[in-house]
Amino acid sequence: MMLGADIALTHLRGRLRQTTVSVLGVATGVGFFIAIAALMEGSQRDFVEKIIDATPHIVMKDEYRDPPRQPVERAYSGGAVDLRGVRPEEELRGLRAAKRILGELRARPGLFVAPILRGQVVMRHGGKDVAASLIGIEPEAERHVSTIEEDMRGGDFDLLRTTANGVILGSGLADRLGAAEGDTLSVSSSAGIAIRMKIVGVFHTGVVGIDQSEAMTLLKKAQVLLGRPNVINRIRMKLADIDVARAEAAAIEARYGYRTESWEEANESILEVLFIRNVIIYTVVGAILIVAAFGIFNIISTVTFEKSRDIAILKSLGFRAAEVRSIFVLEGLIVGLAGTVLGWAFGYGLSRVLGSIKFEVQSFTDMTRLPLYEWPGFYAIAAAFAIGSAVLAAWIPASRAARLNPVDIIRGAA
Amino acid sequence: MIETAAAKAPAIEAPAIEARGVGRTLPGPVPVTLVRDVDLTIATGSFCTIIGPSGSGKSSLLYLLGLLDRPTEGEILLDGTATGDLDEGDLARIRLTKLGFVFQFHFLLPEFTVLGNVMIPMRRLARIDEEARHARAAELLASLGLESEGAKRPDQLSGGQRQRVAVARALANDPAIVLADEPTGNLDTHNADIVFEIFAALAHEEGKTVVAVTHNAELAARADRRIEIVDGRITDSG
Ligand SMILES: Nc1ncnc2c1ncn2[C@@H]1O[C@H](COP(=O)(O)OP(=O)(O)O)[C@@H](O)[C@H]1O
Ligand SMILES: [Mg+2]
Repeated sequence: MMLGADIALTHLRGRLRQTTVSVLGVATGVGFFIAIAALMEGSQRDFVEKIIDATPHIVMKDEYRDPPRQPVERAYSGGAVDLRGVRPEEELRGLRAAKRILGELRARPGLFVAPILRGQVVMRHGGKDVAASLIGIEPEAERHVSTIEEDMRGGDFDLLRTTANGVILGSGLADRLGAAEGDTLSVSSSAGIAIRMKIVGVFHTGVVGIDQSEAMTLLKKAQVLLGRPNVINRIRMKLADIDVARAEAAAIEARYGYRTESWEEANESILEVLFIRNVIIYTVVGAILIVAAFGIFNIISTVTFEKSRDIAILKSLGFRAAEVRSIFVLEGLIVGLAGTVLGWAFGYGLSRVLGSIKFEVQSFTDMTRLPLYEWPGFYAIAAAFAIGSAVLAAWIPASRAARLNPVDIIRGAA
Repeated sequence: MIETAAAKAPAIEAPAIEARGVGRTLPGPVPVTLVRDVDLTIATGSFCTIIGPSGSGKSSLLYLLGLLDRPTEGEILLDGTATGDLDEGDLARIRLTKLGFVFQFHFLLPEFTVLGNVMIPMRRLARIDEEARHARAAELLASLGLESEGAKRPDQLSGGQRQRVAVARALANDPAIVLADEPTGNLDTHNADIVFEIFAALAHEEGKTVVAVTHNAELAARADRRIEIVDGRITDSG
């Protein structure tokens, strides 16, 4: 109805100040929602991506998920006999039949496999003793399961192969030791073996836990140092498709019996924190939307309520209740749409500003700028909320006023 | 000769408005009766006034006669047709085409110009095109002495001018019945005179039925008929 649209626009133009305030109210809600949602989601995704990049997707460990059942349990299962203080038989550390397992895993499609031996060592440099995890790797295989080459900050990954007793350190570990590329460390293990190793490189994954405590050397060297010739105790795997990590890990564990963790399981506690963070974030973001919706509702319903007299007049002139209501709903819709478009621009701009701020923080991972995740869905959600509440805000008072007998309003106004 | 006269005789034409045993009681813990036992016949083309003390139910009766409010007892007939069963759409249609209201307060839409206000009922009816609507609105305003005010907004006019714009708007769709509730209540004597002259002319020259509420006895005397109401009851139907 052209007349209805004309009346709606004339109303909005005639009360430019209120219209502007309403539109800005909608725009503010929409804008903040978009920026904050992009920021929250962005930081989380960035974090998860860093973990996925820096850590293997699947790790097989020389452990069993459940300690082996004791003979007494087997004999009297479900009985009243309870055996306490049983120490499970010490499993010989290292994966048994590692060669066969490696061979079979390498044959699985979409799976990259790298054997490692990981053990605790103490590194000494300039009178400082620092405990570290030494990881013996096969450089060729390791390349395929981690981003270690890209993560090198100093030195060269290839030097590991060519340098006798070469080692590469996590950046945080190097800092703690006060050591740099080219320095020589004394490294000793619990097997009572100590050797001098030369730092041929420093890596920085961005995951603080790794950078602060891990060092890498050749597998053979680690086996010697840790006193376990020909032993590997972990197999690291990278998948072509990250989404199947959990299922693949379960399948591998079922086949070989060794505890096999997907990246989700390995980072479970962190992901749980993230989940809690998500709940908090979306409560906050939802609250922003709801507060904005209330603001929109308040402004538009007040304006509409003030216009009850016009509603009565239009009815006395021969407009039907539904027509009158549609005029006011249209006004709400126009305010909602205008506010949404403005809010999109505002939200986009705000995201840009937030995304350009630089700073240094170290928590689980380090960031140098705020990561944003700009998902069109956020724009759609904000629009739906804003337009929905604007229309509802107009609808409720308008239909109440339109249902009223115009006489009641005319009497009251005279 | 007699037959032709009889055929034309206004006496057998249905009255413009007829009230039969009309009463209106507001529901509530203490029901309020606004109007009771009203039997009234208002002839087509007549100019009637409703007078009575303040709070006597004049406005209530006028709203009932103009189908703005609906009776709780009895019924209202327009042109001999009962209105009790009409739905909201029918009533809106009747208000749009057949009835014109003028209230004590002008009730113009403040955001629209004078011309815009007068054109709204015509645009809603959409029986004539925009050009014709414009011409008719200008003509109506001119006939009410407002030829140079068309582009102004209501708040740029004097009280008397606004009330005349309200009259022009009420006449926009050329209604057969004009209902006015104390249209001169906020006007000085001069402007009140003008408005009543207009009403008299509408009835006597254009054959419209005009019903105006007033508590000004002098103005009421200009009408063809005075209906007096006290405590919601008609005490003198003229
Ligand atoms: N909504 C209402 N609730 C209660 N009383 C009302 C209401 N509307 C009108 N009245 C009362 O009904 C009586 C008639 O009112 P009204 O028709 O406006 O009188 P008038 O126009 O003659 O001054 C008055 O006493 C008025 O106070
Ligand atoms: Mg009154």
